[in-house]
Amino acid sequence: MIPLSWYLILSAILFAIGVASFLIKRSIITIFMSIELMLNAVNLTFVAFANHWHQVSGQVFVFFVMVVAAAEAAVGLAIVLAVFRTRETLNVDQVNLLKL
Amino acid sequence: MNSGPNFNLWVIPILPLIGSAINGIFGKRFPRNLVATVALFFPGAAFAYAVWVVSQFAGLSQAQIPHIERLFSWIEAGGFRVDYGFYLDQLSVTMLLIVTGVGFLIHIYSVGYMAEEGGYYRFFSYLNLFMFFMLMLILAHSYLLMFVGWEGVGLASYLLIGFFFLKQSAAQAGKKAFITNRIGDYGFLLGMFLLIKHFGTLDYDKVFNAISGLPVETGVGMLTATALLMMVGATGKSAQIPLYVWLPDAMEGPTPVSALIHAATMVTAGIYMIARSNILFLHAPIAMRVVAIIGALTAIFAASIGLVQNDIKRVLAYSTVSQLGYMFMACGVAAFSAGIFHLMTHAFFKALLFLAAGSVIHALGGEQDMRHMGGLRKLIPWTFWVMTIATFAIAGFFPLSGFFSKDEILWKAFSDKTHGSRVFWLIGLITAGMTSFYMFRLWFLTFFGERREAVHNEHEEPTGAVHAPDSTPANVGHQSGTQHAHAAAHGRSGHGGHVHESPWVMLGPLVVLAIGSAVMGWVGWPEALGGKNHIDKFLAPVFHTSSEPARSAENFSATEPQKSDSPQDEIVLERTLAAVSLATALAGLGLAWLFYVRRPELPDRIASSMKGAYRTLLNKYWVDEAYYSTLVNPVVDGSRRVLWRGVDVGIVDALVNGTGTVSKELSGVTRRMQSGSIRSYAGWVALGAACVVGFMIWMGLHT
Repeated sequence: MIPLSWYLILSAILFAIGVASFLIKRSIITIFMSIELMLNAVNLTFVAFANHWHQVSGQVFVFFVMVVAAAEAAVGLAIVLAVFRTRETLNVDQVNLLKL
Repeated sequence: MNSGPNFNLWVIPILPLIGSAINGIFGKRFPRNLVATVALFFPGAAFAYAVWVVSQFAGLSQAQIPHIERLFSWIEAGGFRVDYGFYLDQLSVTMLLIVTGVGFLIHIYSVGYMAEEGGYYRFFSYLNLFMFFMLMLILAHSYLLMFVGWEGVGLASYLLIGFFFLKQSAAQAGKKAFITNRIGDYGFLLGMFLLIKHFGTLDYDKVFNAISGLPVETGVGMLTATALLMMVGATGKSAQIPLYVWLPDAMEGPTPVSALIHAATMVTAGIYMIARSNILFLHAPIAMRVVAIIGALTAIFAASIGLVQNDIKRVLAYSTVSQLGYMFMACGVAAFSAGIFHLMTHAFFKALLFLAAGSVIHALGGEQDMRHMGGLRKLIPWTFWVMTIATFAIAGFFPLSGFFSKDEILWKAFSDKTHGSRVFWLIGLITAGMTSFYMFRLWFLTFFGERREAVHNEHEEPTGAVHAPDSTPANVGHQSGTQHAHAAAHGRSGHGGHVHESPWVMLGPLVVLAIGSAVMGWVGWPEALGGKNHIDKFLAPVFHTSSEPARSAENFSATEPQKSDSPQDEIVLERTLAAVSLATALAGLGLAWLFYVRRPELPDRIASSMKGAYRTLLNKYWVDEAYYSTLVNPVVDGSRRVLWRGVDVGIVDALVNGTGTVSKELSGVTRRMQSGSIRSYAGWVALGAACVVGFMIWMGLHT
């Protein structure tokens, strides 16, 4: 039986990688992927705890997160497409119309 | 009390309101005929309905009067409650007929008079609105509802006085009327507060019942205070000293407005209110005395100003103030029914005088200065004849209406044991003489002698002593009142020069009013002269219940028909007094004839030999100037220096601007966070999340 802490450490590492790549990467696609990474890190925590405490609610949450993530990916990718069509770039540093 | 039949009294005021709304909202697109039809139909219908109501009212038994109709609950706050309801008794019936009847006639007249003015629909919308509020005032069954009408007629009169709002003096006069009335209304409001505090209600029946259970106040107590505050309200609306100043300026409005509002109906509101509150006033003898004194002073004061004015409408305006003083005095000597009687006859002859004066002005294409009239008798005979009736009526000639009502007041002032006094009678008599004089002066100057064409303004200046220009802003442009919008309208249509009789739509109402002026007095034919004095008996229940419970031996009700049981010599006395007042009226006529027909150079001689007195009168005792320097200017200066420069600019604006400046400065710093770069946002979010997590860990470690 693998102890709970291992899962948590793995999840933390995955989350940290997600955060780091979100901050470092320039391409919107990659940033999306890092978001997915963070979401899945959290999902892992949920599942781990659910397994540990023998409670199903954590697993149900994971399904919700996955649904939301899927919806978010659909919308997000549509935005990415729209951005690419108008600007012909995926570099977030150049998508800064809101800046003063 | 409320078991009688349902008359649907709400219909009466609502009709003119509908007319007002139709004309006000759609009138702009209507042709003039349609506007006039709407404007006439609704007050006419109100009049017809009022007549029907009165015919039904006559069938009510004494126990069913006052007839009260409650519609719905209007205000409920804790134990205080005001219903929306109507109150019908002999007093309101009388007023109802006066207002709807005379008002309707004036509406008809206006159709002709205003035919060439702009803003036709606006005028009639306001006129109907005025009728609505006046009817509310009369029919209300509580002081608060009366106050609604009270304020409403103030509004309507503001709108109508300032009808020619492009003319500076008209706009100023409108404001003056409105503001002066507000001062009076303040007193009325305070009076109502006192009533609420002590009786917890404003319904007439409850208040009157409560008051009649109290003893008559000998000193100054709550009832006296309430009565005096109410009286302040009445002095504002009924143009008494010290708040009369708005009424003469109100002549800036179109002439039918002067007739309707400032002669026949609105100014009577104060008298009506005092008569309505007669129980309250009878329980406060000191307040009664104050009312009588103010009335008497106003009567003689305004009459003396009227002696020398040259603008035809101003003479009539001051005579209105003076006659209102008469009515006030009547209320003050507990002759309420005589006051209401005079109110009624005055409504007829004063409306007639104003409308006839309007007809004269119309005929002359806007000329208002009597010195430029003369010899109009042959040119406008109809106007001349109705004006003659009105003049004789107001001067108090037997058997026209003014004689009876004025004589009734004088008699009551002379004879009432508690409230009357010979001083009041004497003042009233002198005033009657003056009234007769200035009315016949007007009559002679306008209709007799040779036509004196207007010499235009520049040439007038040599007589500047006579023509002392008013210095108050509100009066600028009066004396040279030829700039009446009428003049312009007529000039365009080519009527400018020649004198023409008014159309029948204007003369018809004049004739009806003339008949009224002649015969209305007969309902109050005193018993001493072999009459029945119906009006006194009709109104007696209203003023009778008043003094009943608290009436002690010395509190002698003036409204009781005294003559039937009075000794023979009292009848002789009353007849003598009537003869004296008739003689006074004749003396006024004779003097006016001597001055303005027989020896026209006399007035100038007297004026120059008594320059000081003459100029005082001509400038209306400088009351306007005094008000300006003691009240208006300090307020304006104070507002400008302290309230505007100090409070408004220094505090209010500074606060607002300060808020703006501070947030601008702060945002200058914080806007740097909004870099527009997604990564910096994400960094902030991550940092924030890290902080939260760190905090939670820290919390977890410490618990």
